[in-house]
Amino acid sequence: MQVQVAIVGGGVGGTLIANRLRHLLHGDARHEVHITVYDAEGTHTYQPGWLYVPFAQQDPRKLVRPERRLLREDIALLSGDAGRVQRIVPGEKQLLTADGQAHSYDYLVLATGSRNAPEDVPGFAEGADHFYSEAASLQLAEKLAHFSDGRIVTGVASVPYRCPPAPLEFTFMLEAALRDRGVREQTEIHYVFPIGRPFPIESVSDFVAPLLDQRGVKVHTFFNVESIDPERKVVSSLEGEELPYDLLILAPPHRGQQVIVDSDLGDRDGWVATDRNTLRVKGFEDANLFAVGDATDLPVSKSGSAAHYEGHIVAETIAAELQHRPTQHQYHGRVACFLETGHGQATFLWFDYEHPPKPPKPRRLWHLEKAALNTFYWQLIPPARV
Amino acid sequence: MVTMAGPVMINREIDARGSHCPGPLMELIRGLKSAHDGEVIAVISTDLGSNTDIPLWVQKSGNELVAVEKIDHEATRFVVRRHIRAR
Repeated sequence: MQVQVAIVGGGVGGTLIANRLRHLLHGDARHEVHITVYDAEGTHTYQPGWLYVPFAQQDPRKLVRPERRLLREDIALLSGDAGRVQRIVPGEKQLLTADGQAHSYDYLVLATGSRNAPEDVPGFAEGADHFYSEAASLQLAEKLAHFSDGRIVTGVASVPYRCPPAPLEFTFMLEAALRDRGVREQTEIHYVFPIGRPFPIESVSDFVAPLLDQRGVKVHTFFNVESIDPERKVVSSLEGEELPYDLLILAPPHRGQQVIVDSDLGDRDGWVATDRNTLRVKGFEDANLFAVGDATDLPVSKSGSAAHYEGHIVAETIAAELQHRPTQHQYHGRVACFLETGHGQATFLWFDYEHPPKPPKPRRLWHLEKAALNTFYWQLIPPARV
Repeated sequence: MVTMAGPVMINREIDARGSHCPGPLMELIRGLKSAHDGEVIAVISTDLGSNTDIPLWVQKSGNELVAVEKIDHEATRFVVRRHIRAR
């Protein structure tokens, strides 16, 4: 019996699942199961590397590789219009691509990620910079290189956003970079955050708050960005605060992908309702439909780390079902990530639904481990070696 | 899915039990931003900090805390109605 497994999206989750699933199939299943990754771009980007681009510490071209090279040979890749999935019809187990083809599947994994949605905050596109795309991070690098005097406002424009530590890491790195350039005295840094502390995790907040204070960063909590006035150079919060800026650097608003909305598989913002343990799409529990990574509405960070751990669960579950084995694999909310605190130091966050993180004191070791992950990502994560 | 919390109709419930990052309050903010004015969002939290964080933010943001219900010895449900100031 021939079985078609379709994976929509060639990011961390999609690539890892394809490779891990292929590895787990043995005997007849090895020949009978056909895995296809649909990815319009046909490239894979290591997005955490964009954090370093504004500081000229990373060449963005080195963050991109052809998806084909990351997939095992016996996994099919459709890209361009053939890989651009426009609609998914779970009732018929079919997906439609931009080249007009209909593809049948037996299992479907939504690893469609998220997209920047600057249109969700009035004035964002004209008034704010960010580092959540290659083009934006390069543009920001250009602006920072010439910035020597004035007020920089950093933080978060809206929730959810990818990689919760990134705006805080950026702020620490910015402060260090301005100091290194000898212009820190002429600059002010203000950090805005939606809730009542500078980071969601209280234990992390407890040690980053004094660090921010020591480094002269003014923190504005309960600041949910409502609008930006690029003419006046003022950012306003829905809590009623107004903050003037010379350079505004915010994590942009995010949404799920349009194919999720068009296929009626998500909420109004395009996030897929996903079971927090099985990773099956809610409402389609018997339709062999899974979701991982940024695409989901799970209460975990939108990060490559979450997609990585979720991807292993989905691959193991599908492999077990296809080989008629019982499956007990469940996702328990595991995420692991580093948090740069500037000056060549970082800390490490590891947690799941049951265990809150207990971040160690920032050390150079964690910074070096993060640097090592940035370097060896390609050999470790997409091939599912870890 | 629409459920009820006492006499209040809940338009959407977010199970944020065990959410450390981004955390229950961020999940609530996300839910309210995508809701229409007057809709009711519930968030279930096991984070003790939510007992102070959520009511404080709801008040600062001009939304309305409709109910706080203990579900079991760990989890609490916060029921919030969106008012127009929350985008």
